[in-house]
Amino acid sequence: MYAQMIQSEATTEDAEQLAAFQARIDAGERIEPKDWMPEGYRKTLIRQIGQHAHSEIVGQLPEGNWITRAPTLERKAILLAKVQDEAGHGLYLYCAAETLGISRDDLTEQLLSGRMKYSSIFNYPTLTWADVGAVGWLVDGAAIMNQVPLQRTSYGPYSRAMIRICKEESFHQRQGFDIMMKMAQGTEAQKRMAQDALNRFWYPSLMMFGPSDAESIHSTQNMAWRIKINSNDELRQKFVDQTVPQAEFLGLTIPDPNLRLNPETGHYDFSEPDWGEFFDVLRGNGPCNADRMEARQTAWSEGQWVRDGLMAHAAKKRARRVAAE
Amino acid sequence: MSNEWPLWEVFIRGQHGMSHRHVGSLHAPDAEMAIKNARDVYTRRNEGVSIWVVPAAQIAASSPSDKGPLFDPSRSKVYRHPTFFDIPDDVGAM
Repeated sequence: MYAQMIQSEATTEDAEQLAAFQARIDAGERIEPKDWMPEGYRKTLIRQIGQHAHSEIVGQLPEGNWITRAPTLERKAILLAKVQDEAGHGLYLYCAAETLGISRDDLTEQLLSGRMKYSSIFNYPTLTWADVGAVGWLVDGAAIMNQVPLQRTSYGPYSRAMIRICKEESFHQRQGFDIMMKMAQGTEAQKRMAQDALNRFWYPSLMMFGPSDAESIHSTQNMAWRIKINSNDELRQKFVDQTVPQAEFLGLTIPDPNLRLNPETGHYDFSEPDWGEFFDVLRGNGPCNADRMEARQTAWSEGQWVRDGLMAHAAKKRARRVAAE
Repeated sequence: MSNEWPLWEVFIRGQHGMSHRHVGSLHAPDAEMAIKNARDVYTRRNEGVSIWVVPAAQIAASSPSDKGPLFDPSRSKVYRHPTFFDIPDDVGAM
């Protein structure tokens, strides 16, 4: 998902304390920043929330690519609002991560040095306007699948950030579907663009949920801590079941010859994405990894004088006020 | 990277007549910028009519381990709730 393949950190605390902590989680209590927590819980959450935050921030780039070229002024205003929301989501999540004892600058530094990751999906390019529709419809649609259950996660600040995000996310998916409807009902060329966008974004969207984690020990620990609520396969199936009828409504074809409704299970059978490609993108070899990192590096280094200047200005104002008193 | 903007806690009054409620935090160089940033981060959909920002470092908080001594004493004082008293129906609304 926006946080993919989160490994849980080992925890070495006293068994009694751990049992009491687990009992609080099992009772549905929220863990708050000043409460005692196992070191592994804290570190795993920093990694997960940090990766989620970085994904929101890097996720602005593929869509930002189309702000200046949106087909109408209204579409441009909507896309601007959507991209601004993504920045807001990143900020809610950074603040949640900071309550665990890591600084904002540390989080940024870890993204820029490649020690922390962001979702694989944002390493794919947005080549046409239809891609902006596909991103809203499929990528935000997949994100919602994961984020809705995370509203009930055990860590209070993370849960509250997810509640705010989910309130806003539905606008994102609907604006994407609206773009797809317009294209799918348009000229032959527009329909081809919509189909092409679906063809390119389908499998990368399925990859967002991460590989099957049925056997993963990390998943078991993260689920016990309630920082992961559903298995990757469960969410992926839910996404496919929800999306196939929407594609049919649009008159578009999911690019999977094996896709069919299984009458026994009531769910769609579908082809797995190419996990080799997924791991390759995570390793940095996706079509846009280098561009995305360069954009973040540039934003950080070229923003340095603004951050420093505003701090200097604030210090000067404070000094003047003290002098006047 | 040492010159990090300080952290501010943000409180929003959702509607006239309601109290300000904590909504989250953000970084800003000073109070003026914190209010401007809070407007962009926390009120993009008419969530508020007024914003307070407080430097996070200025907030004093009770510790989780004080929960017992702080809050347990009021548990036994059930007579503080109106439902403690049985008033006969004949008396009417009270």
